[in-house]
Formats: sequence, structure tokens, C-alpha cells
Amino acid sequence: MPTDITMPQLGESVTEGTVGRWLKQPGETVAKYEPLLEVITDKVDTEVPAPEAGTLAEILVPEGETVRVGTVIARLHGSDGRAQAAGDHEGHNGGEVAGMRRDASTPAPAVTEAPDASPAERNTFLSPVVARLVAENNLDPALITGSGQGGRVTKQDVLRFLAEPAMAPASGTGLQPASRAPANPGASFSAPPTSPQPAARNPQMSALPEDAELIPLSPMRRAIAEHTERSVRTSPHVTTVMEVDLGRVIAHRNANKAAFEHQGVRLTFTPYFIQAVVAGLQAVPVLNGSFTEQGIVQHRRMHIGVAVALDEGLLVPVVRDADEKNLLGLARAVNDLAERARTRRLQPNETQGGTFTITNHGTSGSLFATPIINQPQAGILGVGAIVKRPIVISQGGVDAIAIASMSYLSLTFDHRITDGATADAFLAAVQHALEQYA
Amino acid sequence: MTLTTSDVVLSPSGDGPSLAPETLREMFRFMLLARTIDERMWLLNRGGKAPFVISCQGHEAAQVGAAFALTRGKDFTLPYYRGLASVLVMGMTPTEVMLALFARAADPSSGGRQMPAHYGSRRLKIVTQSSPVGTQIAHAAGIGLAERIKGGDAVVWTSFGEGTTSQGDFHEALNLAAIHQLPAIFQCENNEYAISVPQKLQMAVANVADRAAAYGMPGITVDGTDVLAMYEVTRRAVERARRGDGPTLIEARVVRMTAHSSDDNDRTYRPSSELKRLRQHDPVVRFAAYLQEHDLLGEDAERELRQTIIAEVDAATDAAEQAPLPDPETLYDHVYAP
Amino acid sequence: MPEINLLEAIRQGIDEMMADDARVFVFGEDVGIRGGVFRVTEGLHAKYPGRIIDAPLAESVIVGACIGAAMNDTLPIAEIQFADFIAPAFNQIVQEAARIHYRSNGDWTVPMVIRAPYGGGIHGALYHSQSIEAFFAHVPGLKVVAPATPYDAKGLLKSAVEDPNPVLFLEHKKTYRLIKGQVPDEDYRVPIGPADIKRPGEDLSVFAYGLMLHYALEAAQTLANEGVSVEVVDLRTLRPLDTRTILTSVRRTAKALIVHEDNLTGGFGGEIAALIAEHAFEHLDAPVTRLGGPDVPAMPFAKPLEDAFMPSPGKIAAAMRKLAAY
Repeated sequence: MPTDITMPQLGESVTEGTVGRWLKQPGETVAKYEPLLEVITDKVDTEVPAPEAGTLAEILVPEGETVRVGTVIARLHGSDGRAQAAGDHEGHNGGEVAGMRRDASTPAPAVTEAPDASPAERNTFLSPVVARLVAENNLDPALITGSGQGGRVTKQDVLRFLAEPAMAPASGTGLQPASRAPANPGASFSAPPTSPQPAARNPQMSALPEDAELIPLSPMRRAIAEHTERSVRTSPHVTTVMEVDLGRVIAHRNANKAAFEHQGVRLTFTPYFIQAVVAGLQAVPVLNGSFTEQGIVQHRRMHIGVAVALDEGLLVPVVRDADEKNLLGLARAVNDLAERARTRRLQPNETQGGTFTITNHGTSGSLFATPIINQPQAGILGVGAIVKRPIVISQGGVDAIAIASMSYLSLTFDHRITDGATADAFLAAVQHALEQYA
Repeated sequence: MTLTTSDVVLSPSGDGPSLAPETLREMFRFMLLARTIDERMWLLNRGGKAPFVISCQGHEAAQVGAAFALTRGKDFTLPYYRGLASVLVMGMTPTEVMLALFARAADPSSGGRQMPAHYGSRRLKIVTQSSPVGTQIAHAAGIGLAERIKGGDAVVWTSFGEGTTSQGDFHEALNLAAIHQLPAIFQCENNEYAISVPQKLQMAVANVADRAAAYGMPGITVDGTDVLAMYEVTRRAVERARRGDGPTLIEARVVRMTAHSSDDNDRTYRPSSELKRLRQHDPVVRFAAYLQEHDLLGEDAERELRQTIIAEVDAATDAAEQAPLPDPETLYDHVYAP
Repeated sequence: MPEINLLEAIRQGIDEMMADDARVFVFGEDVGIRGGVFRVTEGLHAKYPGRIIDAPLAESVIVGACIGAAMNDTLPIAEIQFADFIAPAFNQIVQEAARIHYRSNGDWTVPMVIRAPYGGGIHGALYHSQSIEAFFAHVPGLKVVAPATPYDAKGLLKSAVEDPNPVLFLEHKKTYRLIKGQVPDEDYRVPIGPADIKRPGEDLSVFAYGLMLHYALEAAQTLANEGVSVEVVDLRTLRPLDTRTILTSVRRTAKALIVHEDNLTGGFGGEIAALIAEHAFEHLDAPVTRLGGPDVPAMPFAKPLEDAFMPSPGKIAAAMRKLAAY
């Protein structure tokens, strides 16, 4: 293997250099420390010697061209044929940053330590700002869900708690702390929500039969009814199913769960499915679109909705720009959105603007389903229960039976937007992303 | 080389650069004024009215002679803390000096912020000074450099003691001034003591002026108790500087007639024989004798002059003592220029 | 708008100020025909005869002479070749330049700029890598500026030359050629004093300057990918400090991280931390956190040692994560 000759850093603060003249041509031999080329920088002009004896194999940067420090500019075949790198220039490269690695021999940078809370018990410490907000609003901090280290109530937790009456459905009275009342007497309950007008074609009830009882429609139930009905009416739904081996995802999650926990993030499977959907949408962008009479609107940004089942219904908060987040970012977003969906503290805009949706119906044991599209999106992915099953694997032409953690992926798509083969290509990409997860 | 009066043509009636009799009497008046103010300051200190005094007694001839060779309002002076006589010649009034002693709000040097004897006035081109010694020598070089850049013909004069010549700033500034032939006069007032440390523990050479050769500038040792010698030597240095021929180091051999300051007792480190001899080198006595000898100032005239000066110093003392102290509210004024 | 690097921006600033005002001159080691060891004054020696002056190797008189020159109606720009060599001029800067206006009760002013390339990460070892801002930001009467972008560097340099006070102008030498940015052709100024929010955010505030500002921005992008919104404030001027912008930011985000390359103890970050603790205590949702260089005498030469010394985007991101999770 040849030796790489890189653009040296000639002087402090210099980040690039220009090849002035090659003093050797490919095929010519060069002695160790013999001048190989001339380099011009805005600080110095100098000859650069060969790092070892050998034959110049190839010139990669021609005379007159300017490249960044550390760029490979030529290759040299060592006289002894050894493979080696000429000089360790990583980190010298102007744009590159030194010292990302940290190990036992490298002292940690001096940093003031924040006190760590024991994760075992809830951290009841009130920071100055939380103490002030709690006092000003006459709140009982014990009633506020803490999202900070060790369950500490953060400033954001208090602000969300204070914003709650505006957000939460009126049915969620059980979530209203009694202590709110004195500070904000009656305000949260005084105005009953206006019910939307039922769709005209739904059956109207003339009288309640004697052997039945009436369950009033909650605003959420009414919204789900309206939406699913409209969706089925709007889009021709087609569902296609593939199965997926989640062995690698499970292994990755097991290996990283504790580390995430250490950062205060619970690692579920959902972020993996979001990543896989992003991969699918990148492979088949049309599924990140919406049907209109003028044409299919293909969205550039990927906002992925995640269905969250609640006792009284379903909410679909949206992870924004999912393609720009890494696993930690996705996990943190999912944790946060799901928690706030369950405690009714989502902002209205947090359930809007999705471009694709995932429903993890497997958590309730379902193997596969035919989910209904969340309008105006192009598709919805259902993820079934993860079940250990015997599967046939082929290795070197030999078939064997193995136990694998399998799940069914059900994609419902809008047939106006695309067709079965394209939808399957998407689903295959999702499957691939999960099975080859690294 | 040590120059004295006999080495230079100074006779008012001679054929050299002549000084009119009234100029000589004016020189004497400044020397006497400086002495009178200085003695008054000691009285005020010993009477508990002035916390601190640092003296120029014994240096009057060196300063007055040099200052008379400069052009007031044009040339820059950067005296050190013994420079009372020089600032008086350059235009500071006895009242202004007393305002500084009493740290009054109207003190033009610093508004009562600095210790006494740290004189300065932009109007008079007397550059504000500090207490760490020698820093002003670098400033003087820079003033000369700026004058060169501006194409002006002002010269800059700075003074310091022989102890200060041990400082790096002395070396750095003289070197710079010589490299660029800057219009500067460096006056070392060598009174042989840096507080208690004698000259022989400050340097291994006999004369400060011997060092000038190493910088590439003329160095002259002169009897600093001889006001006319001081005038003539400085006049030549000023002429040289204004012509663009570069800087001069002038070493004025003077006597320190008092302790270092009001907080010092020089009897602990100076032999009593030396203390007794000091009066024999008193530059004021010496110049008075010269003027009498040359019939330039009669006994009556001298007595009259002394009385006038005492009255002037009395008035200055009273005016300054009665002037208001700085308002604490002004503590934060002038941290930054607007 | 042309894109130039930070070094060129400073050179343009000096050039334009010298073209506009014959009182401006440069005094420093190798600034003349060589154009400075970093080439900041390259080409100016021929363009302004007699006003780009090579100094003897004597930092005290470089600054001291510029003080004198400033008092004689010129506008000097002193160049200290490396900030590491500024110590001999400490007395002239701290006790003279910074005090002359105050001690003369406003009579004298010292309108001068002291440029000093500082900072490490460039294999400069103990005496070509130091951060010196803490020594000087302590001094009332002195202004201390540390720009991070070409735009700010040029605009601040011009403001510094025009300022009637001594201004210590700190240039992180690693940013000289590394950092490029748009600089308008038109004449403009960046005022001394105001900080600049280089990246707005919600979850925590980071305060930095010089090279560390760029590392903090890089780390903030990493955190954004993880779902954490970081506000990055470029202090730009350390003295006088823009306390309003600092406090406004922290009162909103409730968390503060201060990053500097200088060693931690007694570093400038302590001043910001104290400011926040004193004036934003009831708005804090986490301990005020500092990330600085280690408390060792100076930056060693060998690459692993230098890397271990330098705060990096990775180290900053780790501190951000910890603070975000608190």
C-alpha cells in the first residue's frame, strides 16, 4: 500500500497551501528527506521533503492548485513496500476540530460539575426559577411531572403545566390539580368547549332506547370520528404487508438503553421505526406527499407523526424534521411528545403538519392491521407486535431454522398518489433499514 | 566628561549665547519659588495638614536651567515626582501645586486623585505621571515618534532619577529614541540615592551618561547645581533634537537635600558628615551668590523677592486649603473617555 | 458581498483607517517589510511610508511609546507579535494606558489599539498559545475586544482605532485563515460593547468568544440534531461587558454555559458566572456551568497534550447535553 503525502501545515494559523512545483514525477525514485515538491502558502514558500524513500506513485494535486492542509496530494511507494501513513495530520486540518476523543489517559476538560441526582428517587430540588414560578402561581410542585434529571421539575415543566388548561381537553378534569383553583379560580373550567357540528349524514338519534345508555361524544372522540370517516371517504386505501427481522434493532437498543437512560432519555423502538421510515421516504419520496387536484405536493421536510393511544382515544403528535435528528434526538422528542400527549400538555401545533405517520399497534398485541391514513398524508405505517418465531435462514446454500424476533409492517397508502410496486419499494426500504440497522 | 559653568560660554555679557539679566533673575525667582513651596509643604506635613511630601530641594538648578531651554506650550515635558521646579517654569502656578498637595477637586493635575507631586497639565504639555518609575521615558520616546510622524518640530524632555536608569523602560526607550533619532532629551537627575540605595549599588559605571554611548547618542554629565551650565547643555540638546539630529542623555549631578519623602528618615542610611555638607551644594545659595557677584541682584532686591514669594506661597496655601475636596460622586468620572 | 478571512478583514480595517486618517500608524515587531509574522500588515509598509514602523524587540516600549504617541495627537496601533509576549508591557498597559484618563481627571486621553494574536490549537506550545484576556479584562479604563468573525473583526477594529480609550484587540490566531465570512465593501462599524446572538435558542444559553464561539456554534448544531435548542451568544467585547444581553438570554433559557480556552480558575467565565448568579438567580433552572482550559500553566506542544487542553466542539456538546438534561 502506498504512503499518502498530505499538504503540510506550514505555520500557525495556515489552513491551506498551493502546490507550486512537483520536483519529482511519477515513477521517479526519491530519497528520504529529498525535496518532493514546492508549496506556497500565504506565510511561507518552501520545499516539502519526502517522508521516506521510495517511488512517487501518483500526483493527485497538480501544480497551481490550492488545497486544505491534510489533503492527500500524492502517493509514494515505499522502498520496503511497507504500508504507512505519512505523518499524522488529522486534527491539523483547518476545519477539523481537535480533541473529540476522551479516554483514561486524556484528562477531561475542566468543567464545573452540576450535582447529580440519584435516578432511583425523584429529585425534588427546586431550582431558583422553579421555586419562584411555583410561589408566584401558588402551585404544588409535587403535582407537576418532572422531566429533568432524576425527575426534577424544570422551568419548562412548570410553564407547560401553567399552559395546560388551554391545551387539555375539557374531559381531562382528573388531571387538574386542586391547588390550581385558588390561583386561577374557575378559569379553567368556566368555558365548556363548543362541540363541532356533527357531519350531516351521520345518523341522528331520535330517542335513547330503554336498554341502552348514552355515552356522550368527547371532543376527541368526535374529532377521531370525523377524521377517520373523512379519510376513508377521501383516499382509496390500499394496505400492503411485509415482515421484518428486528434482531439487530433489539441488540442495538439493549446495548444503548442504559447510556440513553443516563442522559434522561427512555429508548423505545419508536425512534428506530422513525429512522427506518425516513430511510424509506428518502428512497421513495413520493410517499412524503399529499394529493391535490393540481398535482401531488411532495414535501421536502419530513415531519413524522407518531400515534399515541390514550384511554379515551388517540393523539398523533409530530416529530418535526425527523430526518435531521439522530437516534438520541428522536428518542428525546418521542419521549417528550408521548409524555405530554398522555398528560394533555401538547401545544395545538404539535399535532399538525405531519407528512407521514407511524402507528405502533403492536404494543396492544396486534400482529398486523390496516391503519387509516392521517389526512392529507400519502401513507401510514403500522408496526405489529414483536414476536419470536422460527424462520428459515439460508447460509452458503444450506437452509436452517432459527428463532428470530419478527414483526409485520403494514403500509396503508393512498392509491391516488402511488401504486403497489412503489409502495412496496418504500416498505422494502423500511424493512432493509431495520434489518441492517447499525 | 563633566561640564561645568567654566566649560561653556554663559556670561551674560560674553560672546556666547547670552541671557539677559532679567532672564537670570527670573531663573532665580523660579528656583526660590520652588524652594519656598517645597519648604512650606514640609511645614504643612509636619503640622499634620499634608499627608505626603516628596521634595525637589537640591534639584532646582537642574530643573530650572533645563526648563528655560524649552519652549513653553510647545515642547512636551515629562517630569518625575521631584519635578516641582520644572513644572513651575513650564507654567504651573503655586496655587495649582498646593491644590495637588491638599488633594482638592480643583487640582489640575488629577482632581485630587494622585499623590502630591504627580503633576500634569495637557494645556501646558506637562504629561501626567505615575509612581512606578521610568514609564514616562517610554512615553517621551513615543511623543518624539509621533512628532516625527506628524512632521512637527516640538521636542520632548523627560526627567528621572539615577535609580530609574536600572529599569528596562529606560533602556528600551533610549534605544528606540536613538534608533529613530527622535527629538528627545533624557535628563537624569543623579542625587546618588534611590531612597536609601546608593549609586554604587545601582550601577557599576561612574556616570549614568557613560551609558549613552551604548545607545548611540551623546551623553553629558553636568553639575546640576549650576543652573547656567544646565541651561546651556540643555539648550544645545534641544537645538540638536529640533534639527533632527536625535536625542541626548544629560546626567545632572545634584544633591538630595532632604529625606526621600516625608515618610523617610535619611539619617538611618546617610552618614552625618554627608548630611552636614549638603548645604554647601545648595543650588539656590550658589546662584544667589553668582547673581550678587555679578551685581545682578542686590541684597535688598533679594530680600524683597523672598518676601514677595512668601506672600505668594501664603496666598496659594490659603486658597488651596479652602478649596473644596472632591465629591465622592465623582469617583466614577473619567474611567473612560467619552 | 465578498467573502474574506478574518486576517484579511483586520488588514482591510487597518488599511482603510490609515487611508482615511494620516494620524493612524502601526508599531510592532516585523510589521514593516515582512508584513507581520501572520501577514496582517502585508502590503501596508509600501503603501504608507513611515507609518508602518518596525519596533525593536521590546514590548514595554512598543506599548509605552504608543501611549506617548497617542498623547501627541496620533492614533497608534501597537502590535504585540504574540499575546504570550505581552507580559513585559503589562505595567504600561495596566498602570499607564488604562489609568491616564482617570488619573489626570479627564485631562489626557490615550486613543490607542493594542493588537495581540492569542489562543492555541495551532501547535504553538506554552509561549505561542496563551489566552490573556482575564488579566486585562480585569482592568477598568481598558477596553478588551475579542471578535470571532471577519465582519465583526473589521468593524470592531475601526471602532477601536476611533475610540478615545486604549483598546486591547485580541485576535484568535487559529481563526485568522480558518474563519471566512462576508464583509461588505461599504464602510461600517461594529460598536465596542454589544454582544451578538449568533444563534438564537430556547433551552440553554452559551457564552463564548473568539475560536470558542465557532466551536460552540458547531456543538449547538449537534445538539439541535438531538432536539436541544441552544442559544449561542458571542460576547465580542469583554470590557465593557454587555451584561444586559447576557442576563436577558439567561432569564429566558434559565441555563447558562460559559466557554473559554483560558484556564478555568480565575478565568473570565467566572465573572460571567458571578454576574448571572447575582442578577439572574431567580431565573436559573440549573447550575451556571463553565467549560474552560485545564488549570495547567500553559498549553503543551505535543498533539495529544494540546488536544487534551483545548476545549473542542465535542467537549462543549457534552457540557451542553449535561446541562440540557439537568
